[in-house]
Order: sequence, then structure tokens, then C-alpha cells
Amino acid sequence: MDAILLQVLNGLDKGSAYALIALGLTLIFGTLGVVNFAHGALFMLGAFCAVTLQKILTISFEVVDPTRLDFLGNPLKVKTPYVVSWFGEAAGNGIIAWSVPLAILFAIPVMIAIGFAMERGLIKHFYKRPHADQILVTFGLAIVLQEIIKYFFGANPIPTPAPPAFTGSFDFGVLLGFDPNVIIYPYWRLVYFAFSAVIIGCVFAFLQFTTFGMVVRAGMADRETVGLLGINIDKRFTIMFGLAAAVAGVAGVMYAPINSPNYHMGMDFLVLSFVVVVVGGMGSLPGAVLAGFLLGILESFASMNEIKSILPGIDQIIIYLVAIIILLTRPRGLMGRKGVMED
Amino acid sequence: MFGLTKKDTLLLIVVAILTMAAPFLLNPFPSGSAMAQFNAGYPDLMQRFVIYGLFAIGFNLLFGLTGYLSFGHAAFLGVGSYSAVWMFKLLSMNVIPAIILSVIVAALFSLLIGFISLRRSGIYFSILTLAFAQMSFNLAYSVLTPITNGETGLQITLDDPRILGVSRTESGGIPVTNLFGAEMRSTYEMHVGSWLFQFNTGYYLCAVLMLLGFYLSIRIFRSPFGMMLRAVKSNQNRLRYTGLNTKPYTLAAFVISGMYAGLAGGLLACMDPLAGAERMQWTASGEVVLMTILGGAGTLLGPVLGAGFIKYFENIFSKINDTILHQWFSALPDGLEDAMVFLVHPFIGKGWSLTLGITFMLVVIFLPGGLIEGGQRIGRLFRRRTAKPAPDSAPSSTPAE
Repeated sequence: MDAILLQVLNGLDKGSAYALIALGLTLIFGTLGVVNFAHGALFMLGAFCAVTLQKILTISFEVVDPTRLDFLGNPLKVKTPYVVSWFGEAAGNGIIAWSVPLAILFAIPVMIAIGFAMERGLIKHFYKRPHADQILVTFGLAIVLQEIIKYFFGANPIPTPAPPAFTGSFDFGVLLGFDPNVIIYPYWRLVYFAFSAVIIGCVFAFLQFTTFGMVVRAGMADRETVGLLGINIDKRFTIMFGLAAAVAGVAGVMYAPINSPNYHMGMDFLVLSFVVVVVGGMGSLPGAVLAGFLLGILESFASMNEIKSILPGIDQIIIYLVAIIILLTRPRGLMGRKGVMED
Repeated sequence: MFGLTKKDTLLLIVVAILTMAAPFLLNPFPSGSAMAQFNAGYPDLMQRFVIYGLFAIGFNLLFGLTGYLSFGHAAFLGVGSYSAVWMFKLLSMNVIPAIILSVIVAALFSLLIGFISLRRSGIYFSILTLAFAQMSFNLAYSVLTPITNGETGLQITLDDPRILGVSRTESGGIPVTNLFGAEMRSTYEMHVGSWLFQFNTGYYLCAVLMLLGFYLSIRIFRSPFGMMLRAVKSNQNRLRYTGLNTKPYTLAAFVISGMYAGLAGGLLACMDPLAGAERMQWTASGEVVLMTILGGAGTLLGPVLGAGFIKYFENIFSKINDTILHQWFSALPDGLEDAMVFLVHPFIGKGWSLTLGITFMLVVIFLPGGLIEGGQRIGRLFRRRTAKPAPDSAPSSTPAE
């Protein structure tokens, strides 16, 4: 029982990331009808927003401290970040330590701007082209974004720690009446799960309860009619693209402490997120979220030693295997709408 | 000739002459001169030109004719490489059994994957092939280590049985791959003035096979079978309404293109007898997509051009560094020189992928027909200029298709 619960928890954080990326992909596909292979790159850009903010906050100046000596006997050079000297010791270090959550505020406008630029500058011209062309051009864009990041940040992963308040693990099992030290779970993963739940909730609430969201949903159902009613649906869809980019971005920001960001993390996630989207059903938002969590949890179950000893290597292929089975038995995916990319 | 029309025969002959004379043509600059870094006439690179050309020709038979975009073709390349190396380990260092086995194994593998994947089309087909390729890649890395030797990659060793050959040579070394005694790595060097031309046995083997593959692809393009595949691309539903089952045709195309990939993988192993799982990764599948689109999908010559283009610039761009850039721009005033070097720097050396990505995007956006279409447009421009009347008669001809 406890082992099962542990695996469910382990699956949640990866599942959250899959769900967030797949949600964005589905938003873009549902509104604009574009298959965006650059979405993983947006996730990666988000993670690098966190890295950038961390680097900006730790820009330091050197002061020679004559009272202390280093091991060679020379006066010690002390590096002080500007933030510390401006806000004082405690507040400054606090800001630096909390750079990842702060990066969300930084990433949202950046990612929305990138999303707008991408949609207006590139994707707009591909609405009428075949899906294969859309895949190819966004694939090219993903390579370009990835290489730009590699140029500026190098090829090595950059550790981006979580705030100290969340660095430890806590004993989840005790809470539920299990023995201590059975289910230990890092705080930050819980935070990530809660955060993604909030984001997913916000996106759904936005689409469900606002007038804007209503118009967007109407546009997803029948773009032409909404256009004929005198509503500028293109503009709203562009905004949705920006929103989807922002969702991918904040997903990346929050993921940075779990896995140190490197330039190809987007590609690694992209392949899986596409599988997630297809399993959930093209164009279905709840399907994307459901499939994201489902596959995340399945993946962590498959990596249990008990299962690996029966089916060696299953942890490596479980997601693809599930995807293949679902695609062949349920052509629309788990919750796909009728008539959307059904061939 | 060979059952081809006049135009196709001409195309085949031109390609044959170009590949056979490649050691000369790709080495236009004398060795030791400043331009020598642009020479591509060394065996290793020339082998890759033709091998990846073969790979792209095969991919084009699927994507160019039927429109099915497979994102998992590297799996067949990898399988081909593995089976070839196993042949070297178990049977002999002769390349013939290795090549034959790699094609057969790739055919069986692609039959299996194609049979399942082709039940869907469009993006779902792409995802399915991608899923299969990633599965093979992950398995090759983990559970199948006894067969694939995991991360290290499969290599030939001194202890391999090699029943028809020798485990080790008389001097105690690992024997080299050969074709009935002609070593793949042996190179005849010809010095003409300050030029150095290298004629490599392995290259000529690959080139001959590539020409055979090219010939076969022309035949397929022109055959009723090829016509049927094109019909699948333009409207599969309508084809089905006429009572035709399209599955055997698409499956045949998939298997044929898988065999091409297997052959390419086998040849890679013949030139350098080792096989690693990274050959199966989806980025490798992406590369062949890039090659085909860049050259021109659905054209005969396009994929070969695309493969050559990518492999050439990959090599050349990666070699250029800042010192060379400074030499190039040394004529400019100092400040401008540094500025130019600074501007060009991100695109060279390790930044080659950036250049490739940008080129690829530009081609997809502006030249959906690839380099071939670019050539045709330029050709049309000239034709229009020389022959002014007949402004609307020019387009419909597609010479290189």
C-alpha cells in the first residue's frame, strides 16, 4: 500500500509537467489548429528564465577586505551581490534564495511576449499550410531556440536551487498513519504539484467563466461563425497562444529546481508531451491533463523494482507502449472530440 | 536505356559520373592552400555523403511519394548497423553478408512497425513511428545490452568467433572490413601538382550501392506502383472509395524505405565497424527529415542533394573557428574585423546546428520544394529573360522530378 502511494506521489511531479505542457499544446492546437513542435522549447525557455533571473540577482561587485586574508596571505576579495548591498544582508540573500518563485513574475511577461512574436511573426503564415509543414517549421524553430540558449548558457545543466524553505523532504507517511521514513517526499515536488494544479485550474476557470474564454471556446467550436458575428477571433487566438506559451514557461520555471535546466530539456519533454496529447485526444483540454497525470504515474509505477524484475526494461518504454495501444484501440484518444484529426 | 526514359537515363548518367568523379570534384583546391579547408574529397566525408544520400533516397520514397511523415526512420538505420556488426563478429569481415543481413533485418523490423503504424495517418502516424523508434532506442540502451552493448556501443573484438574468417590477424590485430580481400579503408592517393586526390575502396562500394538505390528509386517513381503511392498522397479517401485497399501499397513503400535505411546503416558499420544506440535516437530521424525537405521532398535528386548539403556544411562549418574568421576578414579595418567575427561567431564551429535550424526554417517557409525548387525558380527566371514570349508556358515542366 505504502509503496503504491509512494509511486503515485513520484509520478505526480512528472505528470504535472507533462500535463502543463500538454495543456499548452492542446490550447494551441484547439484554437489555431497548429501542431507546435516548438512547445518543448518554450518550456525550456521558461526554465532558463529562472536561470537568467538567478544570474541577474547574483551579479556582484568585488570588495577587498583588508581585515581578512585568504590562504595565500593576500587580502581576501569578497564578492557581494548588488541586491545584498541594496536591500541589506537578510533581505538581499532572501531575494536571491527565492529567485525561482520570483522568476515566475519575470517569466510570464517574457513568455507572453515570445508567444506573441512567434504567432504573429511565424505561425500566422502557416495556418493554411498542411500539418506536415507546421510540424517542420516549428521543429526548425525549436532547433534554433535551443541553439541560441546553448550559445548563451553553454551545454551543461545549470543548477537552480529551490528556496531553502522547500529544500528538504517531509515524511508524508506519518501524516497518513504509516510508519515513519516510509514515504518521504521532497517539499518542492509537492509545491510543483500544487502549483500546476492551480495553473490548470486557472486556465480552465478562465475559459469557462469569463466572456473572453467563452468567445475562445466558441471559436474553437466554429471559428467561421464567430468571425461572422463580428468578433475579431484571430486576435483572441493570438492571446491564447501567448497564454499557452506562458503556461509552458512557468511550468519550466518551476521545474528548474527538480532537474537542472539544460538546453535540450525541451526536446526531451516534447516527445513525451506529444504522446500525452495524442493519448488524451487531440484538442481535448481535460484529456491532456488526465493523460499527463496518468502517464506520469504509470511511468513511476513501471520503474518499481518489483515490476522491473518481471518485465525488464518496461520503465523505459511504458509511455510509448501505452500510447501505441491507445492510438490503435481508441482512435480519438481518451477524451478526444469527434471529428478532430480523426483520420 | 535500363527501362528509363531518355531524360531519366541522362539524369542517372550525370549522377553516376558525378559520384564516380567525386574525389576529383570535391577537391578543387590544392592541399595546403588557404582554401583547402573547403575540400570535401576525403574518404570519411565522401562515404557519409553517399550513405546518407541513400538513407534520404529511401526516406523520400515514403515521405515524398505517400506523404506519410515518419519520425522514426533512424530506428531502421540503427538496426541495420547492429546486424552488420553482428555479422562481422560471428561470420567474417566480408561486407557482403553484413550488408545482406542488415537489409533483411531492417525489412522485417520495418514490416512490423509499418504494419502497426500505418493503421493511422497524419500526425498520428508520425507519433506512432516516433514512439516505436524511441522504444527501440531506450531498449537498446537498457535491457538489450547483451545484444547492443548499451552505452559503449557494439564493437568487434579479438575474441569474436568469425567462423568463416579469422578472429585475429597474423599480427594479432583486429581484422578490417573487406570485400573479398579489398579492404574498405584502403585508399589510393594520387598526387597531381599540389593536389591530392584520394580514391577509397569503401567510398566506391557505397557509391555503387547508392547508384543502384538511385536507379531503383527512379524506377519506383516512374512505375504504376509509384503512381499509386502518389495517389495515396493526393487523396487517399478517394482511392479507397474506388474500392482499392491502400494498405499494401503504403506498407510496401514503408518497408522499401526501411530497407534503404537498413542498407545505409549496414554501410555505416562496414566503413567503421561499430554501432551505437544514438544512431536510433529521434534527433537522427529528424536529421533525415531535414535532409529530404531541404533538398526537396518528392523529387528524385532532392534527397541526395539535401544529404550532401547538410553533411558538407556540417563538416566545414564545424571546422571553422575564430582564427580562420580573423584571416577572412583581415582585409577589413580592425574594429570592423572584430565586429564581423563577433557577428559570424555564433553560426560556426559548435553553432552549426543554429545555422542548420535557420536554413531549414527559411527553406520550409520560402521554398517548400527545397533546393530543387530553388534551382527550378532560378532556371525559370533565366529562361524567361532569354525567351521573352510565352510567359505562361514555362511553369508546368519539372525537369528534375
